[in-house]
Amino acid sequence: MTDTTEIVPVVSTGRFAGLREFWHYFSQSRGAVLGLVVFILLILVALFAPWIAPHDPTEQYKQFFLAPPAWDPGGNPQFLLGTDPVGRDILSRLIHGARFSLLIGAMVVVLSVVGGIVLGLVAGYFRGWVDVVIMRVMDLILAFPPLLLALVLVTVLGPGLVNAMLAIALTLQPYFARLVRGSVMAERNREYVTSARLAGAGHFRLMLVTILPNCLAPIIVQATLSFSDAILNAAALGFLGLGAQPPTPEWGTMLANAREFIQRAPWVVTFPGLCILVTVLAINLIGDGLRDALDPKLKRS
Amino acid sequence: MKSAKILLTAAALAVVLGGSAYAKTLVYCSEGSPANFDPGTTTGGNDFDASSRTIYSRLVEFKHGSTEVEPGLAESWDISPDGLTYTFHLRKGVKFQSTDYFTPTRDLNADDVIFSFMRQQDDKSPWFTYLPNLSYDYYVGMDMPKYTKEWKKVDDNTVQLVLTEPNAPMLANLAMDFASIVSKEYADKLQASGNLADFASKPIGTGPFQFVDYQVDSTIRYAANPDYYKGKEKIDNLIFSIVSNATTRLEKIRAGECDVMAYPNPADVPSIKADANLTTYEQAGLNIGYMSYNTTLPPLDKPEVRHALNMAIDRDALIKALFQDAGATPANNLIPPTMWSWNKDVKFDKYDPDAAKKVLAAAGLTKIDLWAAAEISRPYNPSFQRAAELIQADWAKVGVTANIISEEWTKYRADGKKKDRSGAFQIGWSGDNGDPDNFFATLFSCSAIGVSNYSSWCDKDFENDIQKAKTTSDIAERTKYYQDAQVVFAKEAPAFLLAHSQVYVVTDKKVQGFVQDPLGMHRFDGVDVTE
Amino acid sequence: MLRYILNKLALIVPTLIGITICAFGFVRLLPGDPILALAGEHGVTPERYEQLKVQFGFDRPIWEQYGHYIWDALHGDFGVSISTHRPVVTEFLALFPATVELSLCAIIFAILLGIPAGIFAATRRGTVVDQGLMGTALVGYSMPIFWWGLLLIIFFSGYLHWTPVSGRIDVQYFFKPVTGFMLIDSLLSGQKGAFHSVVMHLILPTIVLGTIPLAVIARQTRSAMLEVMGEDYVRTARAKGLKARRVIGLHALRNALIPVVTTIGLQVGVLLAGAILTESIFAWPGIGKWMVDSIYKRDYVVVQAGLLLIALIVMGVNLLVDVLYAVVNPRIRVQ
Repeated sequence: MTDTTEIVPVVSTGRFAGLREFWHYFSQSRGAVLGLVVFILLILVALFAPWIAPHDPTEQYKQFFLAPPAWDPGGNPQFLLGTDPVGRDILSRLIHGARFSLLIGAMVVVLSVVGGIVLGLVAGYFRGWVDVVIMRVMDLILAFPPLLLALVLVTVLGPGLVNAMLAIALTLQPYFARLVRGSVMAERNREYVTSARLAGAGHFRLMLVTILPNCLAPIIVQATLSFSDAILNAAALGFLGLGAQPPTPEWGTMLANAREFIQRAPWVVTFPGLCILVTVLAINLIGDGLRDALDPKLKRS
Repeated sequence: MKSAKILLTAAALAVVLGGSAYAKTLVYCSEGSPANFDPGTTTGGNDFDASSRTIYSRLVEFKHGSTEVEPGLAESWDISPDGLTYTFHLRKGVKFQSTDYFTPTRDLNADDVIFSFMRQQDDKSPWFTYLPNLSYDYYVGMDMPKYTKEWKKVDDNTVQLVLTEPNAPMLANLAMDFASIVSKEYADKLQASGNLADFASKPIGTGPFQFVDYQVDSTIRYAANPDYYKGKEKIDNLIFSIVSNATTRLEKIRAGECDVMAYPNPADVPSIKADANLTTYEQAGLNIGYMSYNTTLPPLDKPEVRHALNMAIDRDALIKALFQDAGATPANNLIPPTMWSWNKDVKFDKYDPDAAKKVLAAAGLTKIDLWAAAEISRPYNPSFQRAAELIQADWAKVGVTANIISEEWTKYRADGKKKDRSGAFQIGWSGDNGDPDNFFATLFSCSAIGVSNYSSWCDKDFENDIQKAKTTSDIAERTKYYQDAQVVFAKEAPAFLLAHSQVYVVTDKKVQGFVQDPLGMHRFDGVDVTE
Repeated sequence: MLRYILNKLALIVPTLIGITICAFGFVRLLPGDPILALAGEHGVTPERYEQLKVQFGFDRPIWEQYGHYIWDALHGDFGVSISTHRPVVTEFLALFPATVELSLCAIIFAILLGIPAGIFAATRRGTVVDQGLMGTALVGYSMPIFWWGLLLIIFFSGYLHWTPVSGRIDVQYFFKPVTGFMLIDSLLSGQKGAFHSVVMHLILPTIVLGTIPLAVIARQTRSAMLEVMGEDYVRTARAKGLKARRVIGLHALRNALIPVVTTIGLQVGVLLAGAILTESIFAWPGIGKWMVDSIYKRDYVVVQAGLLLIALIVMGVNLLVDVLYAVVNPRIRVQ
């Protein structure tokens, strides 16, 4: 943040130049690129789930309760990763589950970013009592461990995927509000803002068009982290029985329903957990890459 | 001073536990923390295992391993010809337990018996509300206030119960957990010192084991009661290790961290049976899983529609998916085949989706609410959710779209009881006292509508049968009434009957003399361990 | 310094009031009727319903209920559990040490492994060692710990039989809690083998709960070290010919640790959230499992009080971290 002239052109003129520069830094991290590839694959799997999945994720094959994976001596080639306690194909459920996890991540990020940006902009721009009230409420939310707060909110709202998303978005939103507020306060008195104000720009225009684009970098990094947090927390809620409800093939919920079979059928427990781990890991790798690429402080000259 | 004494006792016990070779300890992995140790105030099986079946005894007892009633603290009893007066002759010289918090000065007498019951009925007694938010649910649930006219002390060792009307299941009621006999002397002492709440946390009874210590959500410790009227138990220490997850309990018994475990996962049963270090006990449970149709809301008010819904469900596949290898007996009647009066001629609807489809189409039934409690497993239904998913798929094949309504257990039952509740509601029952009345009248009598009659079903013939059976004490005649009631039930089909589950208890091979209880209790009197 | 602390405290007051309103409000927003939740399998008569309503104060205006709630809370009365009829405070105090013990072990585990790993990676920046360590840290950071716990139990307890499956100590050891911390109590009891048993029981839960803090601390230490090592005074020290070891130990580490300490303080909320999952998996009798069980049982008194108490703890620890940070770093105070 030492040199504003370095950032402003990114917004105003050379969009492609900026992107190229970004990619240059981003692609230096092999991990980040790997994460991105996995993530794109996941998106493709989620988009084309009905065509990729060998079976309907809710179809119950009553002759095949808890069939082991295909490579197991007792396995059936029809069910590559085996079947669950009511005879549904696990691979197909995992493939469809990718939709839910990505949807949860995306929705939560959109909700919390939008909420956080609005609150943070308002608080940081107007200051005074508006700022005090908003930031005290944010402190309040942060005083509760996020999972506990989400748990209690879901109890109030009722278990389910949508409510779980709302609850998690609420717990993540203060981080954005704080971040945006901090950036706005830093940018507010800079020359380019003052000159825009003198040129007669209104509050709305100042906030959204002039200041916000210059705070984008940290928001993007935080959004990536929130994306993975949201997936983990939604899975945890599902695991505790308060997230997505069966027969929704959400990974955490699958894990919870399979827990009693851990002895007899470890595959119903192993694969959903592995999917969660791989997805979250891929997103975190991207997040690391983004931070290195967007944070000017770490850029190697 | 007091804490020093506790420490000393603890140290002494620790020496016994750690040091001596002959102190026998049995560890039971139980499924949940007890609410407290006063069996009058609690309703859960885990509460009773931890209090009434260890610390307390009753006037009459269920014979170990059956639902027959045998003498307990009452050596004998007489019932007057009109069935209204029960006279109990108490065993002499029965001592209450001596612990570091109470030493009795007298033996059990009629005052203790009267106090044990009247504290649950007399709303002027301080004991009626001695805990915050207290209610004596079982006492009320078994209609004791309605039937009890009075308890009379004849002399120290004789006590009389006078009823307002004849009630054949009464003797079985008195063997139930809520009828545990408590010490009036102890209660008076606590009342004098103002520590009434200790009554539920530091219990005193006349049972085989006495209370030593409870660490919340983790461990309960008991020692054999040296003064037990049937003689001291063979094991010296009994420990309940509380583990709510069934998989973890199994891991623990395999690792030798406990000797007896309750409620294994059905899925694990085959591997448990194959384990040479473990003994598996199994028995058809005194329970029924079923699904109540609201018989007052069209088109479910027509018996043929209810039959058609039953016929559309592939019940064998459903039972296999739910109970897995643990197995369960498909139910033909509301009561299990192990109970007297079970009607062997009654059969449940056959799986016939084609016939069902026609009837349902004619009745215009295309949508139905299907209720499933969230995240809960009951002995009679391991997973309401899984059952709902399977039934939903079956009904879809006959053109009925089921909308699954999932709610938390407490709210679920409260909503399910409502008279205008929609559709089909999964529920079940575990018997309390082994009497058929406890199934038929509790679940489907007209007076149970809004309480536990989830079908809102009130049938003249059925009601007539069960009321007559209740007021007759002749078993042969009662049997006839109940068998007829089962015929009516099958014809009217107020519910889809699922199954009576197998109930399992797993013990380590070194545990001797364990007897499985048909009422689902876990009793440790008479159990021994060999090294 | 005192003014700084007072300032911080003044900022906390509105948040505190907000927390009590939240805790009070949550319960009244719960679906279903809390009075019916008491009724049990046999239902409740209309008379009994009215009686309970008065007993709980649900018949009074909402502000009056709130007033009573605050008044009682200030006197240490957080109500009585619906399911066990015991005062909530009693249950909380009985269970809290278990959570503290587990959390402390987890954070110590995370520090002991995380800081050396971070330093090591920083000094070998860009090498395979660095990439391996940071890759592992990122995997740990991405771990769904409930799944991780299950895997560890299957392998170490179920398959290898190295560690016990659940609980805090082998049930054969019995002593009354003195401090509530099993590690200390087992030593005080003087019973042979008790301490060993406690340690064995702690291993898996500690690893599971400590995984994410470990990853965070390792990453934070590495980047803090890298930053400090780039500063002029370290370069100067190096240029002066001081040994690399001495530079790292004396100059870099001390300054790098300041942000790490803050990070550790911020892990308290993470730990309490993790405790909810870890305790549920290992049947650990602490407040995380207590809260989840109470939510299942709809014991709203416990949920309400637990929410309040946990928020107070998080805020208290955050305040402590702020003050410590100000002590370590005097520049903060001036502002």
